[in-house]
Formats: sequence, C-alpha cells, structure tokens
Amino acid sequence: MDVKSALFYVFSALLLFAAFRVITARNPVYAVLYLVLAFFQAAAIWVLLKAEFLAISLVLVYVGAVMVLFLFVVMMLDINIDSIRQGFWKHFPLAAGIGALIALEMATVLMGGFRLSEEPKAVQKMGELTGLAAGQVSNTKELGKLLYSAYLYPLQIAAIILLVAVIAAIALTLRARKDSKHVSAGDQVRIKARDRMDIIKVIATKKAAAPVDVTGAISTIVENIAEKKA
Amino acid sequence: MIPSLGHFLSLGAILFALSVIGIFLNRKNLIVLLMAIELMLLAVNMNFVAFSHFLGDLNGQIFVFFILTVAAAESAIGLAILVLLFRNKSSINVEELNTLKG
Repeated sequence: MDVKSALFYVFSALLLFAAFRVITARNPVYAVLYLVLAFFQAAAIWVLLKAEFLAISLVLVYVGAVMVLFLFVVMMLDINIDSIRQGFWKHFPLAAGIGALIALEMATVLMGGFRLSEEPKAVQKMGELTGLAAGQVSNTKELGKLLYSAYLYPLQIAAIILLVAVIAAIALTLRARKDSKHVSAGDQVRIKARDRMDIIKVIATKKAAAPVDVTGAISTIVENIAEKKA
Repeated sequence: MIPSLGHFLSLGAILFALSVIGIFLNRKNLIVLLMAIELMLLAVNMNFVAFSHFLGDLNGQIFVFFILTVAAAESAIGLAILVLLFRNKSSINVEELNTLKG
C-alpha cells in the first residue's frame, strides 16, 4: 500500500465519519461544524485526484461563504431542539434499510464495472495537448481556457443565476420596521416654504337665522300638558 | 494498490446513501435537511471529479464548477426562506408547514 492509497483511506474515513455526525448531531451548530470538516476532507480527496482548482474553490466557496452563512443562520435562530428531535429514531430502521440498499447496489455496480486504475489518462492527454511533460500541466490554466472559450455562455448564465439568488435572498428577508421613526432626507431637502404651511380659508360664523316665534310654541305645549293632566 | 475509479465512486455512493438516511432521520429539522442536500451534491461532485480524472476529460470538472454555483445560490435562497419561516412561525419544524393545506 503506497502513500496515495493510505491518504485516500484516511480522508475517506474522516469524510464518512463527518457526514455521519452531520446527520446525527444533536446540536445544529455541531452539525454545521462537522459539515465543514467533511468539505475539507472532500477537498483533500480532490487534490489526490489532481483537481486542484476545484479543491481550492470548494474550500473558499463552501467553507468560506456557504458554511459561514449556515452557521450565521443557525446561531441567529433560537431553535427548540427537543421538539425537533422527537421521533428521531422512529424512522431509523426504514432509513438504514434504504441507505444500505443504495450503498450496496451502487458499490456492486461500481466496483465491478469500473476497475480503471493505474496512471490515469488525464495527465498524459493534457501533456500531449500542451506539449509539456506530465508534471507541468496546470489544472487551473486548462480549466480557465475551457471555461472562457467553450463554456462562455454557460458562465454568463451562472453569473445571472448568482445575481438572481442575491436579489431573491435580499427581497425575501428585507422588512420595513413598523416602529421606525425614520424621516426621508430627500423629502426634507425637496420641501418648499409654501408647503410647510397651508392657509385654509375658514368661513366666518353665519348670521343667525330669522327669529322664530318661540314663546307662542311654548305656550301651546304647556296648554296641551295641562289638558292631559286634567 | 492505487485507488481505482471504483473506490472513488463507492465513496460517493456511500456519502449519498448517508445523506439519504439523514433526510429520513431529520425530517423535522429544516436546517439539517438543507445540509443533507449539500452532502448529496458533494457526493455527486465527487463522482464527476473522479470520472474527469480517470477518463482524461476536463469537461467533468467544468460541470462541477457549475454545480457549485447552483448549489451556492440554492442554499442562499433556502436559508432566506428559512429565516422568513422562523420569523412567521417561530419554529423550523417541517410538520408545521401546512398553511397552504386547504
């Protein structure tokens, strides 16, 4: 067993352990931290596969951005763990059965069908293309050449997808505070002196209407009451 | 012996199976569901990188690049929805998400 396969087994074991802890950890913060460990191990395995650019970008993009976002959200929300953990092991037999089935099926197919090994063709082919010896080919350079020639339009679409994601995330979480006493500076600057005071023309008190013969009316009412009493 | 293509593909398969188990176990916890989806994407990316290496084709690595982009956008929007959900319901329990049920 040489160094490369030993490294492969070490990284794989750590990766699977970290993935197992991600799905079983009680505290979501620990789950996120184990996911960070899993991504680091995956990046190490990709370095073994001579995909250096993707390994670095996995660490930068995932561990640096996405996992920090996860950690931020997990710590911001006040989660009641106990209510969420109820019935956690109830579905375990079914889950373990399906998981074992998937793993066994794929492992039998893959281990039987893909025994490609030894010195892979990738390095040789790239060496032939660029006219360099096997060790001198830069993965990043070749990837960049391909990305900015054959995959130029997909790259633009990926950029637009990222832009849409940014706008969607902001639009979803932005909210105006109800108790805010914020004053718009633009409105303050734009105001004119005549807008500050409105002069309203108030109609003066109307003249009294023509006097009514009150005394005559009262006297008839008094007379009616007196009749009823009698 | 040098690890063959089958080794890497089996690693991806086991990782995928683990994340499927994770989705079954954590069916109430939305955050861990999102993390299990990230693990699934990682398993798929592992297969792509392994094939790209052993078949000598760089297009597989380009594909991983785009998968990473889409996965980052997906998790950002997913977490935004999660924050919105927690603000409205004060909980991230998936079983309480039945508001649209008639």
